[in-house]
Amino acid sequence: MSLLEVKGLKKYYATQKAVDDISFAIEPGTIFGLLGPNGAGKTTLLRMITGIFYPDEGQIIFDGKKFDPENDVVHIGYMPEERGLYKKMKIGEQALYLARLKGLGKEDALEKIKQWFVKFEMQSWWNKKVEDLSKGMGQKLQFVTTVLHEPKLIILDEPFSGLDPVNSNLIKEEIYQLAKRGCTIIFSTHRMEQVEEICDQIILVNKGQKILDGTVNGVKQQYKDNLFHIGLQQVPQTIQSNYFEVIKQENNVLEVKIKEGATTNNVLQHFIQEGVGVTEFHEILPTLNDIFIKVVGNTPLARQFETVQQ
Amino acid sequence: MSKIWLIIKREYLTRVRNKTFILSTFLTPLLFAGIIAIVVFITVKNSDKEKIAVIDNSGVFKEKVDSSKSVRFVLNPSVDTSNYVAQGYTAVLYSPNNQINKTPRWQLYSKKNFGVMVKDKINDKINKETENDLLLSMYNINSKAIDSVRQLASTVKIDDIIMEEGSKLSKGNSGVAYAVGYGAAFLIYITLFIYGSMVMRGVMEEKTNRIAEVVVSSVKPYQLMMGKIIGIGAVGLTQFFMWIILISALSSAVGAFIPHDLLQQVNEANKSLPGGNIGMQGNEALIGLAKAQNELSSVNWWLVTGCFIFYFLFGYLFYAALFAAVGSAVNEDPQDAQSLMFPITMPIVLAIVIMINAITHPESALATWSSMVPFFSPIVMMARIPFGVPGTVPYWQLALSMLSLIGGFLFTTWLSAKIYRTAILMYGKKVTWKEMWKWAFRKN
Repeated sequence: MSLLEVKGLKKYYATQKAVDDISFAIEPGTIFGLLGPNGAGKTTLLRMITGIFYPDEGQIIFDGKKFDPENDVVHIGYMPEERGLYKKMKIGEQALYLARLKGLGKEDALEKIKQWFVKFEMQSWWNKKVEDLSKGMGQKLQFVTTVLHEPKLIILDEPFSGLDPVNSNLIKEEIYQLAKRGCTIIFSTHRMEQVEEICDQIILVNKGQKILDGTVNGVKQQYKDNLFHIGLQQVPQTIQSNYFEVIKQENNVLEVKIKEGATTNNVLQHFIQEGVGVTEFHEILPTLNDIFIKVVGNTPLARQFETVQQ
Repeated sequence: MSKIWLIIKREYLTRVRNKTFILSTFLTPLLFAGIIAIVVFITVKNSDKEKIAVIDNSGVFKEKVDSSKSVRFVLNPSVDTSNYVAQGYTAVLYSPNNQINKTPRWQLYSKKNFGVMVKDKINDKINKETENDLLLSMYNINSKAIDSVRQLASTVKIDDIIMEEGSKLSKGNSGVAYAVGYGAAFLIYITLFIYGSMVMRGVMEEKTNRIAEVVVSSVKPYQLMMGKIIGIGAVGLTQFFMWIILISALSSAVGAFIPHDLLQQVNEANKSLPGGNIGMQGNEALIGLAKAQNELSSVNWWLVTGCFIFYFLFGYLFYAALFAAVGSAVNEDPQDAQSLMFPITMPIVLAIVIMINAITHPESALATWSSMVPFFSPIVMMARIPFGVPGTVPYWQLALSMLSLIGGFLFTTWLSAKIYRTAILMYGKKVTWKEMWKWAFRKN
């Protein structure tokens, strides 16, 4: 059973279809990447899932039941992209306040905060104010306050922005741990290499509509161009075949595109018959970055305003 | 409910623990007391300054010249206009006229320009001496008799008797009512601005910090807004109660020490001088103070304090919701806040203008009807109440005014909550009043 299921979600503003009929489902324990260019409607979508906005149309099913913001927000942790903390408040008190707003009791909250502070080596911060923290430190604190109440669903909007590699890894490790313990994580970002590394499942949103949905590998398979690298001991003078064409040659390595209807074995056979030794042979899968640019790139960069017929 | 309580507690505690709050709470009454003390001190100290030599050829001034504390007259000293400064006089008052021609042309020789007060004193003195002299010479009435008649006449006072229901009489005092009403109305005016803009800044801070986005994923925007408004309102009430306690403690301390000594001095001084109630300029202020203390008790303090707290609280709630809506609509640019705030600050300023008129005519149509309108009632009604309930303000007016204010508060809160909900998460776009209006009245 899915932890979160979204069916035909719509939210129209006066000048934009911010979210236009989006459906997807997330299984428990998955790390789910929500991708899309700026202004694609990601934030609106996330705000509907966190119960901040009501959808105009469509259904959100959370943990098997119809999503009820009043009670279900306790099971959701949301970390917005920009650091959202009270500058003048002491860090310990702030963490306690945000935890209690999520419905945790005082003792319970204190204990959990202490655990996390020890884990992230933040004990000495307790009486400091947020304005004394660097951006990365603030991001760490924000992460702690997001996951403190052990939500079933954690929504992270660009969680690594402003973090150095060490702290980045620390949080990445925590995300894996949380997923292993059964937390579901929605991860919204533009940074494709992070998505490839972390996410199990992705959807790509553009202009308020879902244009891609699947596992990282599945999506790559879907968008592959049948390109292969072939390393040869010696490159023959002329390569002529009905099964493939050479796109690029770099020293002894060829990049070939297999034609429609042909298989990889046809290619190998060709070289074997020619008596050329093959040193390597592997498929070139597109990176998510390539796919993103391919899918989104031909649409105008800035989203145009339009009149919405409601 | 427990969440809104958490928000209230945070808003309250972070502000009350703030150094500025503690300082302003304790220093404001001290500052007031200090200013009053300085004023009294200066008036007392400043007197007994001028020593004027009187060279009187006309013989109007009698042998014994009485003096007030601020101006001392010395008759026929051995000085002239060339050496009076060396002898310790500030001026020479000279009458060139002889016995026969007593028509007034006096000359005052001095090195400086005298203030109006001193000039008046000298003028009064000459007038009075001339009057006495004329009465003596024409009707043979001596000055002692005149003084005692004057003193008798000056004891005539007006007692305002306000007829209340059931023919119960109470002593009214429009002067005190005026002062109390004015003070209360201005206090509400100032606090509306202070705490209203505190709410606005708080909301702006939450928006620009993006903390609002985190918090509204745990609580409803309405709860966040109300929590802030109530929390800051509680801060305001705390400050008021602290002030009331401090001021009453201070004034009872002052009452225990100063008037006892000083008032006795004043009385003695008055007795020891002929024509007592003319002189002693500096101490007149003290006599006035003592009198005022008496008269202040003619105001129904329980009613005024009760109404003040009511009108402060609901006036604050009424406007705070609007300030919160404005704060939520502001982007990073504080300039926006100025222009968006204008429609809210205008009625508050207008209320003060109406109040200044209403306090002189507390029963006029303008005063009556504007004290029913929630935009003005906290200020205008507060100015009218000290004139007496139900004398000047009938019960039905008070009840209607209070009810309409409560209703107004519910309305502005409902309205602002709808604007707030949309605007708090809206970034990078300049919000206009037209848009806010649209948000306020759309369906969901």
